[in-house]
Amino acid sequence: MKGAQSNREHPAMSAMIEIQGLKKHFGPIRAVEDVSFTVQRGEVLGFLGPNGAGKSTTMKMITGFLAPTAGTARVCGFDVETQAIEAKRRIGYLPEGAPAYPDMTAAAFLDFVGAIRGFDGAERAKRVAKAVERTQLEGILNQPIDTLSKGFKRRVGLAQALLHEPEVLILDEPTDGLDPNQKHEVRGLIRSMAADKAIVISTHILEEVDAICTRAVVIARGRVLADGTPESLEKRSRWHYAVSLVAPAGDVERLRAALGAHPEVGGFERVDGEEGLAMLTAFPKNGRPMLAELGAIARGTGIRIDEIREERGRLDEVFRDITTAKKN
Amino acid sequence: MRNVLHIFRRELGGYFATPVAYVFLVIFLVLASTFTFYLGNFFERGQADLQAFFSFHPWLYLFLIPAISMRLWSEERRAGTIELFLTLPISICEAVVGKFLAAWAFVGIALALTFPIWITVNLLGDPDNGIIVAGYVGSLMMSAGYLAIGSCVSAMTKSQVIAFVVAAAACFAFTVSGTPLVLSFFAGWAPAGVVEAVAGFSFLTHYNAIMRGVIDLRDVVYFVSLVATFLFANAAIVEMKKAG
Repeated sequence: MKGAQSNREHPAMSAMIEIQGLKKHFGPIRAVEDVSFTVQRGEVLGFLGPNGAGKSTTMKMITGFLAPTAGTARVCGFDVETQAIEAKRRIGYLPEGAPAYPDMTAAAFLDFVGAIRGFDGAERAKRVAKAVERTQLEGILNQPIDTLSKGFKRRVGLAQALLHEPEVLILDEPTDGLDPNQKHEVRGLIRSMAADKAIVISTHILEEVDAICTRAVVIARGRVLADGTPESLEKRSRWHYAVSLVAPAGDVERLRAALGAHPEVGGFERVDGEEGLAMLTAFPKNGRPMLAELGAIARGTGIRIDEIREERGRLDEVFRDITTAKKN
Repeated sequence: MRNVLHIFRRELGGYFATPVAYVFLVIFLVLASTFTFYLGNFFERGQADLQAFFSFHPWLYLFLIPAISMRLWSEERRAGTIELFLTLPISICEAVVGKFLAAWAFVGIALALTFPIWITVNLLGDPDNGIIVAGYVGSLMMSAGYLAIGSCVSAMTKSQVIAFVVAAAACFAFTVSGTPLVLSFFAGWAPAGVVEAVAGFSFLTHYNAIMRGVIDLRDVVYFVSLVATFLFANAAIVEMKKAG
């Protein structure tokens, strides 16, 4: 039962999480249809998708709570079904909603998890203290968990998942219900642990993906629809490399005509603002940068340009496109 | 097996973390005494033994044990903690046994707290303490049977009410299967072997045998195999739920 200590025997080269054709049907409901991906050490994978896309179900299969209908999941080389206990030893899991025994105090709960994770005496106390420190639970340790606020409950769940320094962390909506400061802290915590672990977080907050994830997997209706770095997803956005100019409203149409002549420009959008100004956004046709050239053209027209900037790709728009477009 | 110990500790502590434990203990002791002294005519019988005390245990357990067992798995499912519990590195077998032993230990505590009645009977007369010990052993074994049934039922549902009602009904069936009520129903048409088999399933038959002071291997085997069967079914149900 010496769980976490013997973690290092597996080389870092192989993928820490390998999921192959995972499928889960509940009777007629096809919660997960076909999900495959791998996660390497050092990666923070953002698992994105609308509600009901199959994120939580997939996580439940990786952690061994649900048995897949078909497909395999391996954690550090251990099959989660046939070598369940070996796999579970290497996983820290924060289930959706961060469930914890409501009648126990946070301290007793963490002590129990430490005991099950195979730590004794001083070692257990040390591990619990470290997890408490990292999640800043010092003040509420002796309170029953059901008297805690949502944010503290979530952090108790996180502490429980981190306690044994697992190689693989599966966090189902780790920042859900936290206030902005707590979100910031939890994200910092996840980033600080990322280097020597493989971390999967599910979320529907897209800014979180930008903030902590090195990779994003988008799923909807039980299938993987996109898999790449957040930047590569942003590149799919029509806003990627778009150029916005702010100019007096009366001159905007003249500006549009001048910029429209550039071969890379695919379309425009105009938004009228205050004080007689309007913003004109030129969208790229071929997804290439055009800030410098459009800037030169704009200057050539002699129109007063108050502001010019290159837009970033918008993840939320890409997310919407990906998850709603392909109905079939 | 260390995991069983940790689960056992947490579960047993869980009973005492809420008023459940204290309410149960008080009710159990009040009812056990009431039955003994009023319904059992403890004094009027004029005998220095605890027959009046032990003979009501099956009926007491019938509704008190399902009240203990109903939360074992249903509560975990309702609160969602089962997701945490079953993703810890423990086997389902350890989980089932740890929970069962904790509930059993709790019943043991309740039973141990009836010691004043034992002292009373020793002060009033000169009872055969061997028979009394056998009575306690029999009662404890019977409670294990009820608990195993209750735990198994609790694993099937997230509703504690359903777990309670179904467990009580199942326990009732096991309790009365040796009484004329049930046996006469079978006696009319079934062969004698079947009637005997049905009677053999009765908690009462085996418990009464032990209560008389004879701990027969057959009665012990009966309770042990009953507990093993239901705990095995319990584990199978938990495993089955994983498949959705």
